[in-house]
Amino acid sequence: MYVKNSLPSSTEMQEISFTVNGSKIIVVIPQNLLLIDLIRDVLNLKGTKPGCGEGECGACTVLINGKASISCLYLAINIDGKDLTTIEGLSLTEKPLDFVQEKMIEHGAVQCGFCSPGMVMSIKAFQIECESNPYISRDSQAIKKAIEGNLCRCTGYVKIIEAAEDLLSAKF
Amino acid sequence: MSKDLKIIGKPQIKIDANIRVTGEARFGHDVQLPNMLYGAILRTKYPVADILSLDTSKAKSLPGVKCVITANDIDTENISYRRDHPILKKNKVNCIRDEIAAVAATSKEIALKALELIEVEYKINEGIFDPFESIKKDSPQINDFIDGKYENKNIAENFHYEHGNLEEEKAKSKFIVTERYTLPRVTHCCMATSNITADYSKTDGKLTLWSTTQVPFLYQRDIARALKMEPSNIRIIQVVIGGGFGSKLDMYPYEPICAILSIKCGQPVQLIFSREEEFIASPTRQPMVFDLTTGADESGRFTFRDVKIILDNGAYTSWGATTPFVMMQTFSSLYHCPACNFDSTAVYTNNIYAGSFRGYGNPQATFALERNIDLLAEQIGMGKAEIRLLNSNYQGEVTNQGLIFNTCGHKDALEKVISITSGNNKPNTDNKNKSKRYKRGIGYASMLHVGGGAKIYPSDGCGTTLKLDPFGYMTLITGSSEIGQGSETVLAMIAAEELGIDISKIKVINTDTDIKPWDVGVHASRTSFVAGNSVLGAVNKLKEKISPTAAIMLKTNIEDLKFENGQIVSVKTGASIALDKVIRAIHFKGNHELCIETYFYEPSSEFADKEFKGNVSGTYAFAAQAIEVEVDTYTGNVKVLDIHVAQDIGKVLNPLGLAGQIEGGVVQGLGYALTEELIVENGYVLNPNFHNYKLPTAMDVPRIHFYPIETEDSLGPYGAKGVGEAPLIPTAAAIANAVADAIGVKINSLPVTPEKVLRAIAEKC
Repeated sequence: MYVKNSLPSSTEMQEISFTVNGSKIIVVIPQNLLLIDLIRDVLNLKGTKPGCGEGECGACTVLINGKASISCLYLAINIDGKDLTTIEGLSLTEKPLDFVQEKMIEHGAVQCGFCSPGMVMSIKAFQIECESNPYISRDSQAIKKAIEGNLCRCTGYVKIIEAAEDLLSAKF
Repeated sequence: MSKDLKIIGKPQIKIDANIRVTGEARFGHDVQLPNMLYGAILRTKYPVADILSLDTSKAKSLPGVKCVITANDIDTENISYRRDHPILKKNKVNCIRDEIAAVAATSKEIALKALELIEVEYKINEGIFDPFESIKKDSPQINDFIDGKYENKNIAENFHYEHGNLEEEKAKSKFIVTERYTLPRVTHCCMATSNITADYSKTDGKLTLWSTTQVPFLYQRDIARALKMEPSNIRIIQVVIGGGFGSKLDMYPYEPICAILSIKCGQPVQLIFSREEEFIASPTRQPMVFDLTTGADESGRFTFRDVKIILDNGAYTSWGATTPFVMMQTFSSLYHCPACNFDSTAVYTNNIYAGSFRGYGNPQATFALERNIDLLAEQIGMGKAEIRLLNSNYQGEVTNQGLIFNTCGHKDALEKVISITSGNNKPNTDNKNKSKRYKRGIGYASMLHVGGGAKIYPSDGCGTTLKLDPFGYMTLITGSSEIGQGSETVLAMIAAEELGIDISKIKVINTDTDIKPWDVGVHASRTSFVAGNSVLGAVNKLKEKISPTAAIMLKTNIEDLKFENGQIVSVKTGASIALDKVIRAIHFKGNHELCIETYFYEPSSEFADKEFKGNVSGTYAFAAQAIEVEVDTYTGNVKVLDIHVAQDIGKVLNPLGLAGQIEGGVVQGLGYALTEELIVENGYVLNPNFHNYKLPTAMDVPRIHFYPIETEDSLGPYGAKGVGEAPLIPTAAAIANAVADAIGVKINSLPVTPEKVLRAIAEKC
C-alpha cells in the first residue's frame, strides 16, 4: 500500500483495483494522484517517461483497455476496473521485444530513446486498431496521424514512420 | 581505401537500442537512491529587480523540508567561462530564470510547497531587453561580475576577423547586396528535461553526480571550481541522456545547487525540471541580427563580405558567446571569397541567456550568407545554382583564414542536389504549377563546418582503453559520450572491424569519469572522428601485443597475421587459432600479461592565432541542400515538399545511424525555418510549453532524400568526417530561399510564419 509522503493534505484516499501488464492489483491512492505518478512512483515502473506533464509530448503514453492514453492527464483513480499496459507489459521473458520494438530497432528509429516507449505504445495502439478493423487505412499518412501526438527531437520521425509502415504491411 | 571492410559501411542497428525501446534505459528521471531527497529551485518573479528581503523561515519549518539555501548560505565561485554568473543571486536579479533559493525535501510535493512559503520582497526595476539599447554608451550596466575586458560594460564578447583588401574588392564589385537579417530565439527541447542527482558522502568527502553533461571532464572541473572542491573528489556518472544538441555543453546553476543541497543534507538529492522550467531556464540558440554586405564581380565571382553581428547574450555568458568562432569560418571560407571583414558583438540584456545549440552559430551565419547569395544572383541575372557552383570550395584549397581542405565535397554536393532538382523548377521563371493560389519554389544552400574536432581547449583529444577478457570479449572504455547520436555503435563497429570479432562481443563503457580516460566532450561533430581514431590507435596497440604470441603459436611471421571471424589467421600457411585462446596463452602462460591497452588520440589540427587564422580542425565537412516548397498564397502556409541533402561525410561508417543524424538534423532545421520561436517579451517567456512552442510533428515531415558524398579524408577513421551538426545548418537558409523563389519576396527573418508570408505578399503588391 502506498502512503503519500507526509505532506499535510486534505486529499482523501481511495482503493482501486485494476490490471497492470496482466496482473491484478489493488492499491490505495490519493484521489488527486495522476496515472503517470501511480505508474512511476507507486508501481515503480520507470519505462513510462515524463516529458511534459501537460499532455503535449506523448512520452508517457500507455494503453488503457488497448487504447493509447496520455498518463500525465489521467487521474489514477479512473483506472479502477480497467486494463493498463505500460511499456514493461510488452516484454515477456520468452519474447523480450514486441514486434513494434523489433521494427523500431531494425529501422534505426531510436536515438536518445526518451520518446521511444511512448512512441512504441502509440504504434502498438494503432496496430491493435488495425487488427480489429481490416478496413482502416494504414498508409504513411494514417501512421503519421497515429503518432502525431508523440514528439521526438532526435530522429525527424522518418525512421519511426518507416518502422511502423514495415510492421503494418508485414502483418496483413 | 582498398581494405576490404566487413562491418564498416554496412547498416548496423544501434547496440543500445534495446534498452531504449523497452524503457529499461535509466535516464536521470529514473535514478532512485536510498534516502534520496527532492530538490527544487525558487526563481525570481520579475526579470529585473532588487531583492529587498528574503525570508525562508516558514519554508524551513514545513515538515519534510531538510534544507533551504539562499546566496547567504553558500560559499561558491561564479560559473560560466567568463565567471559572470553567481549560482544563487543575492540582492539583485537580472533575468526571469534567476535562481534565488533552493530547497531539499522528502518529497517533490513538499519541496514545491516550501518554495511557495519563501517570502521575497522585490523592488522592480526597468530592464533592457533589446541588445541595440543595451549597447548604447549611457545604458546601465547589466551584469555586475564582468571582468573589464571591454570598455562598454554591456559587451560580453567581441570578435573581429578580417582578410584581404576590403576596399579594393569593393571597388572591383559590380554587384553589391546589403541586407539585415534577424534570427530568432529557439531552444533545444530535449525530450528529457534537465535533471541531476547528487550524492555527497560525509564519510569520505566525495561527491557523485548522476548528470546529463555532454562534456564530463570539463564539467568535473567546472563543478569543482564552483564548489571549491578537488576535481578528483567529484565523480561524474552520465545517466542515459535524453537529448543533448549542445544544451549540455555548459554547466548551469541547478547543478552545483543540487550538489550543495546534498552536501548540506548529507543525503542524495535529485532535481528535475518541469517542462515549463525547461523552456524558461535552459539555454537557447543566440538570437542575432546580421548586417551583411556582399559583392560579386561581373562574372559572378564573389569579391568581399562585410558583416556586423549583434548577438543577444542574455544576462549571463555561456559557451554560446563563442559561436562567432564558427560563424567567422562560414563568412571567411564558405565559397571562395577574397576579402572578409567580420565583427560580432555579444551584448548583455535582461533576457534569458543563450547557450550552445547544434550548429553553434552556423545556422544563423549560413542563413544570412545564403540569402545574400540569392539576391546577388538575382542582381546579376545569374542562376542560383550557377553562382554557387562558380564560387564553390575545392579540394586542396587553403582558405584565407588558414583552413586546409585536404578533401572537399562541396562542389560534388552542390552538383548532386542541383542535378536532382533541375527541371523541377527554374528560379526566377514562371512556376510550372500554374495555380494562382499555390506557388512552388526551390532554394539552395550550402554549409561548411568543422569535421575533425575543433581546437579550442588545450587538448581536443580522446582516450580509449580496450580490455580483452579470457573469453575473447572486449570491453571498450571510451572517454567520449553517447547522447543518442550512436557513437557507442560506431566505436564498437570500428573495434569489431579491426579485431575481427563479432560486434555482440563488445561492451562499451562510457559514462564514468572515475573509469574512462579523458575526452574533451561531445561537441563540434567530433566523436566519430576523434574517438574513432582513438579506438583505431588502441586496437593497433592491442594487436601489437597479441601478435607475437599468435605468430609463435601459428608458427608464422607477425606480418602474415590477419584478425578475422574471431580467429587469428596466417595468410601464408592458412593456419588459424581462436583469438580467445591466444589471449589465454598471454594471460595464463609465459609472461602473464593482460590484454589491455590505452591510447590517446590528439588531432593534428592547430590553434587559431591572434587573428583567428589557423587550421583548427582535422578536417572539414561540406553539404548542400536543395529544398522544394509550395506556398499557399491565400493562407501564407509553407509546405516543404522535398529536401535533398548531399553531404560530404568523408566515408559512411554506419549508414543506418548516418541517415538518422541527417533526418533528425534536417527536421530540427525545418522547425527553425518555419515554426519555432521562443517568444520573450520584457524579459518574460510567453510560450514555455509545447502547445505554443511549435516543434515539428510526424505530420510535418517532408520527403528527405540523402546523398552521401564520400571524399575519404586521409586523417579520418576509414576516411570519415564529422556528421552531426551539418544537416541542420543549411536547412532554414534553403527553405527561406525556396519561399523567396516561390513568391518573389525577400525573407529576412525566421521563422517564416504564415503571417510573414502574407505580409510580404501584400507589401509586394
